[in-house]
Amino acid sequence: MAELEVVIGLEIHVQLATQTKMFCSCALSFGDPPNVHTCPVCLALPGALPVVNERAIHLGLMIGMALGSELAPRSTFHRKNYFYPDSPKGYQISQYDEPLCRGGTLEGVRIHRVHLEEDAAKLIHLGSSGRIHGSQTSVVDFNRGGTPLVEIVTEPDLRSAAQAREWLELLRATLRALGVSDVNMEEGSLRADANVSLRAAGSSELGTKAELKNMNSFRYLERGIGAEVERQSAIISGGGEVEQETLHFDPASGHLTPLRSKEDAQDYRYFPEPDLVPIAITAAMLGAARAAMPELPAARAARFESELSISPERARQLAFRGDLGDFFERAVSASADGVAHARRIADWLTGEVLARLGDADPASSRLEPGALAALAALLADGVVTATAAREVLDALISDGGDPAAIVAERGLGAIADSDGLAEIVARAIAADPDTAEQVRSGNAKAIGALVGPIMRETRGRADGAELQRLIRAALGVGD
Amino acid sequence: MSDASEIIALSAAAAAGAVGAGDLDAGELFDAYRSRAGADPLNAFVWVAEEAPANGAGPLGGVPVAVKDLFCTEGVPSQSGSRILEGYRPPYTATVVERIAAAGGPLLGKTNQDEFAMGSSTENSAFGPTRNPWDDSRVPGGSSGGSAAAVAARLAPWAIGTDTGGSIRQPAALCGIVGLKPTYGAVSRYGMIAFASSLDQAGPLTRDVTDAALLFAAMTGARDPLDSTSLEYPAQVVLPTQRDLRGIRLGVPAELTGEGIEPGVLSSFEATLDLARELGASVEPCALPHAGHALAAYYVLAPAEASSNLARFDGVRYGYRARGASDLLSMYTQTRHDGFGDEVKRRIMLGTYALSSGYYDAYYGRAQRVRTKISEDFAAAFERFDFIVTPTAPGVAFPLGAKTADPLAMYLNDFCTVPMSLAGIPAISIPSGLAASPDGDRQLPVGFQFAAAPFREGAMLEAAFALEQAIGFDGSAAAVEL
Amino acid sequence: MGAEGIDPDEVRHVARLARLELSGEEVERMAGELAGVLRHIATIDELDLDGVEPTSHVVSVENALRPDVPRPCLPRERALESAPEVADDGFAVPSPQA
Ligand SMILES: [Mg+2]
Ligand SMILES: [Zn+2]
Repeated sequence: MAELEVVIGLEIHVQLATQTKMFCSCALSFGDPPNVHTCPVCLALPGALPVVNERAIHLGLMIGMALGSELAPRSTFHRKNYFYPDSPKGYQISQYDEPLCRGGTLEGVRIHRVHLEEDAAKLIHLGSSGRIHGSQTSVVDFNRGGTPLVEIVTEPDLRSAAQAREWLELLRATLRALGVSDVNMEEGSLRADANVSLRAAGSSELGTKAELKNMNSFRYLERGIGAEVERQSAIISGGGEVEQETLHFDPASGHLTPLRSKEDAQDYRYFPEPDLVPIAITAAMLGAARAAMPELPAARAARFESELSISPERARQLAFRGDLGDFFERAVSASADGVAHARRIADWLTGEVLARLGDADPASSRLEPGALAALAALLADGVVTATAAREVLDALISDGGDPAAIVAERGLGAIADSDGLAEIVARAIAADPDTAEQVRSGNAKAIGALVGPIMRETRGRADGAELQRLIRAALGVGD
Repeated sequence: MSDASEIIALSAAAAAGAVGAGDLDAGELFDAYRSRAGADPLNAFVWVAEEAPANGAGPLGGVPVAVKDLFCTEGVPSQSGSRILEGYRPPYTATVVERIAAAGGPLLGKTNQDEFAMGSSTENSAFGPTRNPWDDSRVPGGSSGGSAAAVAARLAPWAIGTDTGGSIRQPAALCGIVGLKPTYGAVSRYGMIAFASSLDQAGPLTRDVTDAALLFAAMTGARDPLDSTSLEYPAQVVLPTQRDLRGIRLGVPAELTGEGIEPGVLSSFEATLDLARELGASVEPCALPHAGHALAAYYVLAPAEASSNLARFDGVRYGYRARGASDLLSMYTQTRHDGFGDEVKRRIMLGTYALSSGYYDAYYGRAQRVRTKISEDFAAAFERFDFIVTPTAPGVAFPLGAKTADPLAMYLNDFCTVPMSLAGIPAISIPSGLAASPDGDRQLPVGFQFAAAPFREGAMLEAAFALEQAIGFDGSAAAVEL
Repeated sequence: MGAEGIDPDEVRHVARLARLELSGEEVERMAGELAGVLRHIATIDELDLDGVEPTSHVVSVENALRPDVPRPCLPRERALESAPEVADDGFAVPSPQA
């Protein structure tokens, strides 16, 4: 059997951070009691008509610009007809053959289209406690119904679950930098569906795809796609054929279950929305969107590389997570010599700080950007060793404060005095003659057994390289 | 002035003038009509106001307005003639009703109509049929039949209705009154329970052309920010004064004045053309090569839009819900089965079919292209003519039940009015006289239709006024005795 | 296109799309009535419409936009006042999962 290649495309729905809904003047809401943000339009009362929110167009254009899309001079809305209690009109107003933006690319992944539409209402399952003849009841809350959405559809350019996750993280960072959305997957302001298929490696034809829904975190997205790749591989290697279907990811079990049966295949009967007129992008609209564009993660990474000599990988790590990039920049600009220590700040931020804080924004810890910069300077100047600096960092993250003061208070300064160290080295060699002999007879690795106790005794304040030099000198072994 | 019959004899504009001059009390005027509407023998009204709202000032002089059921009016039944909106009282009011009220036209009552404006006889109503005041065994036309009958019978001074393919003009013709369908976009659709969004347009139904101009002026003006398709009316609408048609070029399309028109209607039309010539108009044949296909295109486009517009009637947020349905699908299907009448179901089916996978291009796509051709035909015609004129309806009022069994026969009532709807252009029907019904036993009103280029209502009202004065039609015979 | 009309199976399929319950007798009647109308509609087949742009709107308006400024919403009681069934401050429906 030929090797299989994974092919993934994403469809991302982004709730826009406007004040009001897509087609009516109801304020957006999160977590309010049910049905307090409604009006004749978003309840689809008879006779009510939609009117497009101009801010949604503005934010849509910013997204298109960020993705390098072609911005349609003229775009139109269509009705996508289907019955469901969360769709009060019996259709969703969306865009069809004339979307706001077409094409574009983000980090090598091509964008198919970007279009505007409206979110569905929320359907809450009550179970059989409902009042409808003892049968199962659901309740509709229209607060969310009509929230502006941008749908971003990629070409099938992603090749693994991990890459899909990474790319989506970059997209989120980009959208966050744009300020167009809260982009919170858990809260549903960023939602991703994945189209997954397999094909013989090297083939240019696409295999039959499955559509995966409800992966409401980055981890679930990666797990869901991973599970689907496994499922399809098993089918194909068993000689079977993958069927086109929509699957629902259950985070609890990690299982994918079919969402709709085939006999209920959708026929959305798209047709031009007669209640709305076309959007014709004006020079003023383009100018306003362009003026509002911030620096985007990819450009920021390039700047970190060129201006601060950060390695490409580190630069992307910082820039693609906006909060890290912001913290980094504040640290670098906190003192006059910040730029000189930029690489060390970057290393510590993406290494030690990240290891301690995970996904949490460092700005929300007690660690001050200036303190991280000061710590980097202490390291650079040899005032503290890396081991001691880790202890200082622990203190900075839990209690805040000034690194130099912590070093002084806790006596964490590096033992710079080689005479003092020489005495400790002599004592260590005397305490472990066997190891000393091994080192002397050429076993370089054995030196670790001598270093360990000294580090313990000095609580990491000794500089490791200097220590090894002193031991070898004392034993008469060359470098 | 205290004699009710004197009050009722006044046109709306004359009544407004009398109120303005202090010769007539607005409350007295309202009460005179309220008591007549309350005693309505034609089933023209489905709801009548208890009392006049406080304000009376404004250009409409407190002259009360009968409003087609499908206009949403806050706290007042508004069910578009459908069982599926049984008992529904909206929490808001349609823009046009608010504008009329602000101009001094209080709500007199809500009038009967074909369900969701689908029909040409006002027989498709959950409230039962409305009867024609000229002969109560006949239909008043539709779908704004309640408004037309109420005005003709002097149960209301004037009324508003909506026209999607002829629903103002055709009932106006069949009831012997004036009906104006404005340019698409001239009047806000916000709060009008939609039939076909790209075609629906509200307009006045009145005793004469002057009343139509006065009411239309109150309906238009600044664009409504709540209706994306509404436009600021580009001109001031004034009351017409023109007495002749000198220099006016009338085009008569062979496509809409030949086959299928009743002889009585055709001879009234011809006689009216002669009058127009006497008034100084030139009358020439004009080609509208695609007008004959308008009805076919209309019966794709309007039902397609309707099938989507009526999807909101699902038993979830308002209106009727079938009892006893335990699962969602049967709740939907039973609610819509019980709540919609036969004609509405037919159109939903037709529209859903035309939009469904595999049929869109053949039906909807082609119909949209026919629509383009029809607009182009009119645009070309208006380079040579000021107005296109036709009979409004192919026949006079027909007996109740005569066409209910044959949908296509009913649809053919709109043969002469649908082309203008597809093109979005203004058109007006004025009474051109009486003609014998095909069975020969009745003299019934005939309508004469003018159509004009977009936003040329002002000029069209002037021409219609001139012709109206020459025709001298007297509709008072339709006033019901109470 | 459909001069041949529409058969009862298609009527049932379309009725399902439109969420309309139709009895067997209603399906038959509907098929006949729709066929008649479709025959009339089929007269547009004789037109040559190649290269003709479709008309969706007869108004030449563009960009009818609304400022992003909140306006008062309906109080919940008013939003719910016409609902056939209410539960937990929301519109109750038979559950789609049931
Ligand atoms: Mg979507
Ligand atoms: Zn709203």
